[in-house]
Amino acid sequence: MPQIFHPSMNTISRATIFGAVFILAVLIWLMMTIVRSPYVSGVGVIRSQPVPFSHEHHVAEAGIDCRYCHTSVEQSSFAGIPPTQTCMNCHSQLWTESPMLEPVRASYQKDKPLVWNRVHDLPDFAYFYHNIHVERGVACTTCHGQLAEMPLTWKTSTLYMEWCLECHRDPEKRIGPLAAVFASAGVPSPIISFEPHADWKNARCALLTNCSVCHH
Amino acid sequence: MTTGTKDDTNSDSLLSREHSFASVTDKIASIVLARRLKRGWIVGLLISFALTMLLFLSVAWLFAKGVGIWGIAIPVAWGFAIVNFVWWVGIGHAGTLISAILLLLKQEWRTSINRFAEAMTLFAVACAALFPLLHLGRPQFFYWMAPYPSTMGVWPQFRSPLIWDFFAVGTYATASLLFWYVGLIPDLATLRDRSKRRFPQVAYGILAMGWRGSARHWRRYQDAYLLLAALATPLVVSVHSVVSFDFATGIVPGWHSTVFPPYFVAGAIYSGFAMVLTIAIPLRAAYGLRDFITDRHLDNMAKVMLASGLIVAYGYLTETFTAWYSGHESEWFSVVNRATGPYAFLFWLLIACNIVIPQLLWFANVRRNVYALFALSLVINLGMWLERFIIVVVSLHKDFLPSSWDIYVPTFWDWSTFIGTIGLFTALMFLFIRLLPVISIFEMREMVEESHGESS
Repeated sequence: MPQIFHPSMNTISRATIFGAVFILAVLIWLMMTIVRSPYVSGVGVIRSQPVPFSHEHHVAEAGIDCRYCHTSVEQSSFAGIPPTQTCMNCHSQLWTESPMLEPVRASYQKDKPLVWNRVHDLPDFAYFYHNIHVERGVACTTCHGQLAEMPLTWKTSTLYMEWCLECHRDPEKRIGPLAAVFASAGVPSPIISFEPHADWKNARCALLTNCSVCHH
Repeated sequence: MTTGTKDDTNSDSLLSREHSFASVTDKIASIVLARRLKRGWIVGLLISFALTMLLFLSVAWLFAKGVGIWGIAIPVAWGFAIVNFVWWVGIGHAGTLISAILLLLKQEWRTSINRFAEAMTLFAVACAALFPLLHLGRPQFFYWMAPYPSTMGVWPQFRSPLIWDFFAVGTYATASLLFWYVGLIPDLATLRDRSKRRFPQVAYGILAMGWRGSARHWRRYQDAYLLLAALATPLVVSVHSVVSFDFATGIVPGWHSTVFPPYFVAGAIYSGFAMVLTIAIPLRAAYGLRDFITDRHLDNMAKVMLASGLIVAYGYLTETFTAWYSGHESEWFSVVNRATGPYAFLFWLLIACNIVIPQLLWFANVRRNVYALFALSLVINLGMWLERFIIVVVSLHKDFLPSSWDIYVPTFWDWSTFIGTIGLFTALMFLFIRLLPVISIFEMREMVEESHGESS
């Protein structure tokens, strides 16, 4: 009876058995890497906006506090996107002829709000409250990065659940003094001078990883 | 049977003495290697294939519209999907029992039925595994049940029976597939060596993984096969126990019972053997395999069925007694509701199918009559399906709160999905019969050796 296979088949079949395991492992690794890459998470990706707004200019150079525009950050779940009126407070006097600001003036005259593209968009089943985080000493820069150095805006955190849990499981490492929450330069990390809020030392801290804390 | 004629002795042995190594190999291998397709096979496959298409259609419609196309609604949120899941998983158990436990117990009569019983296990598990996935509502996220480094940063909920099911059925499918495949290797080599055309030679050759039948091969093979049998053995008990936890860990009256795991396992073996008979009887008639799957095989299977059926009956009794003895109003109500409520007809049909009619198996005449056995196997299949329907639907439709009581009525899509999986199962079975040896050739050759040894 003639041979069906060439003798090289011995080597090939052994390689295939190893290869199957190897390929499977690599495939899983690849998927886990891709899902965490900027391509999927959007970290570091600049989104186009109707007006090329620069946080760097307004925060670092003009020295405007975060809360001047994001007014509701201390009272509400939503930090707030400023109405055109807020822009015009200054820009009715400054750079009134700038072509870059034309959409802002048009919006003001026609009374039609600017449509900004959201950079930080959480899924609707996760309920995030800015007020409680700010109140507990989570600095703006902890999640949003060094906005004072961003000529255009991008996100520096994935907003994935594992990212939320990183802090919810061990909040002490990322909580700073309340006075430093709105510091534009951000708080040095890790924070050594952390003085625990009274609540952190009691049982409520353990509740932070309950499903219903974020998924009501 | 001391005064039996020659025919009697033949029908009572596991393998006729006229068979030699060559005749056994010829007979079984020829089913696969024959060029022509039998007309019955073509018709059977076509019908099964059409039903499989019905399954695909139902699944596509389900993905498009969601689980609302089924009859499920609160309080009966489980419905057909879970009924069919438990039914199919249960059917699979006979294959593992035959191949693993009977092997370890050195029951020789398993030899000619283990191969297709294992195939039946695999196909039944495939059908079963579909249902929880379809029932998820968002089936595209089924992989969330697997523990992998997800971006959610949490493990699956290991306290949830759904996760237990995932692991139980996953382990079961993997172990059954391995066991089946390892058992096939020497036979695949036989087919490789016997086929005359290039394509089957290469296909069977690749699958045979270079099997040459040397003494060293056999030695290792025996070790591996025994080890796998030992690994598969606990699965016979564990898988359906875990499936029963889906119910037993709930507090619904009619579910919350410690008798569930053993009684589910007995039920699984009961329905599994019924399905083996449902397949074996037409199979041996169509391919003239009466020499291999003898009346004694059928007789033995009927006895196993009778024994496991009695355990199931005992389970019903215990369940009823416990409900009464608990003194719990809701528990007792669920028993009364089964027997006299809106689904009472199905309950009494279940008692008839699973307990009353199978008592005929006490009679040797019935066990030796293929028509009666075939009919009984169908009756038991139906009975076991009804049992799961009663457990799932009748327990749920009237739970603690009378204000939420409702009647569950399956829709067209419930039925089409169920019948579709039967089509998928039979289609896979038809393909298996044509592409792989339905009876283990090398183990039958061992039987020849032994039967000749006895006679000399």
